[in-house]
Amino acid sequence: MTTPAPSPADPIPDLAGVVLHDEVVAARAPWSRVIERDQVLRIVDLEGNQAVDCILYDAHDPTERYSAAETIVEQRNIFLGVGTQLLSDEGRVMMTVVADTCGLHDTSGGACSCESNTLRYGHHTKHQHACVENFLQSHAARGMGKRDMVSNINWFMNVPVEADGSLGIVDGLSAPGKYVDLRAERDTLVVVSNCPQINNPCNAFHPTPVRMIVWRP
Amino acid sequence: MTTRAQAASAAAGVLAKPTIPASTAAGLPDDVPLAQLVWDEILGPGDYAARVLSRGSRLRLENLEGDGCIQLLAFNADQTAERLNIADTVKVQWQAYLSAGALLLSDMGRVLLTFETDTCGHHDTFCGASSQRRNGPKYGSGANHGPYPNARDRFALALAKHGLGKRDIGGNVNLFKGVRVEGDGALTFLESSSAPGDVVVLRAEMNVLVVLANTPHVLDPRSSYVATPVRLCAWRGPVTAADDPIRTSTPERQRAFENVEDHYAR
Repeated sequence: MTTPAPSPADPIPDLAGVVLHDEVVAARAPWSRVIERDQVLRIVDLEGNQAVDCILYDAHDPTERYSAAETIVEQRNIFLGVGTQLLSDEGRVMMTVVADTCGLHDTSGGACSCESNTLRYGHHTKHQHACVENFLQSHAARGMGKRDMVSNINWFMNVPVEADGSLGIVDGLSAPGKYVDLRAERDTLVVVSNCPQINNPCNAFHPTPVRMIVWRP
Repeated sequence: MTTRAQAASAAAGVLAKPTIPASTAAGLPDDVPLAQLVWDEILGPGDYAARVLSRGSRLRLENLEGDGCIQLLAFNADQTAERLNIADTVKVQWQAYLSAGALLLSDMGRVLLTFETDTCGHHDTFCGASSQRRNGPKYGSGANHGPYPNARDRFALALAKHGLGKRDIGGNVNLFKGVRVEGDGALTFLESSSAPGDVVVLRAEMNVLVVLANTPHVLDPRSSYVATPVRLCAWRGPVTAADDPIRTSTPERQRAFENVEDHYAR
């Protein structure tokens, strides 16, 4: 599902450390990897405005998983950015956002699914590929399943909440080359769906590849 | 005849209890059909309950003294891998604040419950359930066996009795306590979210398992554990009709009901 790693000639901006893994995730594809404690995962929005749906699990006990609510309550803010601690349902820190050239990320809008697509866009969209399909495929390969699905992070996605509570997915703030760095505070399984949605602006109506760089500072 | 055990409960001020059979309940308003009543129970501070309700049933929650906070999970009772999805609920309806007419959506594109009545209007979809980690330092204890149990551990007990476990604890809504999202994304807790006697009536659009815990909202700033009693009752009712005004209010809601009907078509 992934294309070969970029050429070593491709520059990696602002990265001071040893690169352990470097991979381009194709548009619409799943990706998962255990990021060991103190390693950093850089997610690069190669072409801009590409939502990257993401759920975290404790690498040794995946029943402990990312909690959007715990993360929001801890920082008393619904947006993720530099300094955000990504918390588990046990209230423990899994990863920290240590760098961010985009500025704002979502954890309220969830992941697209074939089923929710039918509500938002019509019954005719049921067979379009969706993030939940990617998550479930990754989970199945690891002996996990639907019960392990929880509210996710949407890197590079912009979901503002207006004064009256109205909420929508609007044009992202991201641009080609924007990135976010996540430092693992514990061994963390990162499961990603490079969002295939084509019915709203989260991917500028055109899903594109993203780059995953794992490095040790 | 009052037994010694009952006398001890009364002396300890235990008010929270179910009425059995439910049809003998007293003190409910005239619009609650007693003959159809299947459940009547008061949840005191820290109490929890789990119950399967048939499609068409109504679940009425009354915030008796105005300071309860009901943390609610919901599942498709027939296949519990399908459950409440908070993100889909707010995203599909383009609205983070729940009020009368709102649907609680499952992760399978179907409507589990509808807010048929809501005199409160302040409920929270962002903050989740209280936990041992937060209740312990805040109240001195958060344990199930102590005086200040947390909602997550209440959920775990309730779910265990239905053969479910930790992986089944997804996102919850908090009824009767609201938050406001400021322009920069910051959250403000609404301290006077509800008044005594506020009522929410939820209509079951599928056979649902509901799990409820009455514990203080995770952002409640008070150092004392305040969760005043909430009365729950439920009765049998008709499945929602095709011309229901909530169902037909938006194309998204219409399709959520269509997906329910498709699910039950056998």
